[in-house]
Amino acid sequence: MTVTGNYYLVLAALLFTIGAVGLLLRRNVLVMFMCIELMLNAANLTFVTFARMLNDIGGQVLVFFTLVVAAAEVAVGLAIIVAIFRRRQGATADDIDLLKG
Amino acid sequence: MIETILFFIFGAFALTGALGVVLARNPVHSALFLVQTLVSIAVYFVLEDAQLVAAVQVIVYAGAIVVLFLFVIMLLGVDRVENLQHEPIPYQRPIAILLSVAALVMVLVLAGGTWATGAHTSRGVPVNGGASNLGGNVNRVARVLFTDFLWPFELTAVLLVIAVVGGVALARRSSHRPPPIEAPADETEEVPAR
Repeated sequence: MTVTGNYYLVLAALLFTIGAVGLLLRRNVLVMFMCIELMLNAANLTFVTFARMLNDIGGQVLVFFTLVVAAAEVAVGLAIIVAIFRRRQGATADDIDLLKG
Repeated sequence: MIETILFFIFGAFALTGALGVVLARNPVHSALFLVQTLVSIAVYFVLEDAQLVAAVQVIVYAGAIVVLFLFVIMLLGVDRVENLQHEPIPYQRPIAILLSVAALVMVLVLAGGTWATGAHTSRGVPVNGGASNLGGNVNRVARVLFTDFLWPFELTAVLLVIAVVGGVALARRSSHRPPPIEAPADETEEVPAR
């Protein structure tokens, strides 16, 4: 039995779905951030799989750009979380509802 | 054969790690499960002849980003156990799971057909390494990154600088901020000009 590219794609889809479920279910903003990282990683796995299936190294290069975006997002996002937590203790995603009016 | 064995072993690792991220009640445990998934995906990158990406994955993701998460968790003291039973929005969970399963089905259906770009997925075709005689993986990635993708590569530098400045500006304590003198100064300068 040989592992084909579709195996990797299905695994990446499963990881992406688990990340999406976590993002929708969890209320802790830090865990929601980790779920976003999970989804980005699933996308990276897809990129590398297609780079191999289509024999195009560009997919691996795109992973670097995803990585940079993820790093920038984590830096800014964690700074926002720190700023929110400094203002109000124990804030979850449902407590930050000022825009609700 | 060895690829098949490794695929299923680390597939189990990656999926249990991902489930652990979602289901762990303690954020520290979630971060550690995230490391498990990230390292499993790094193994996949090695399996798929992407050695440089695998190394960067371990160094940047598992080394830097997760450590940043753990720093923030410790800094804020939010490593408390969260009550997962409490559901503030009614029917949020069933709807969320339903939507996610729909998304999964959609992705799987798309993966079995023709892609929007017109390229066919090679269903059932064994993956062939894609190794060429252009040199190692690092050489090939570097050649493409510094020729075809040079402009996006330079833009990432700008993005990182913006992220660093934004992070510093957001996370700085408000008591250490200098007094806001700019806005009133502008107003007093504009009033005589009118």
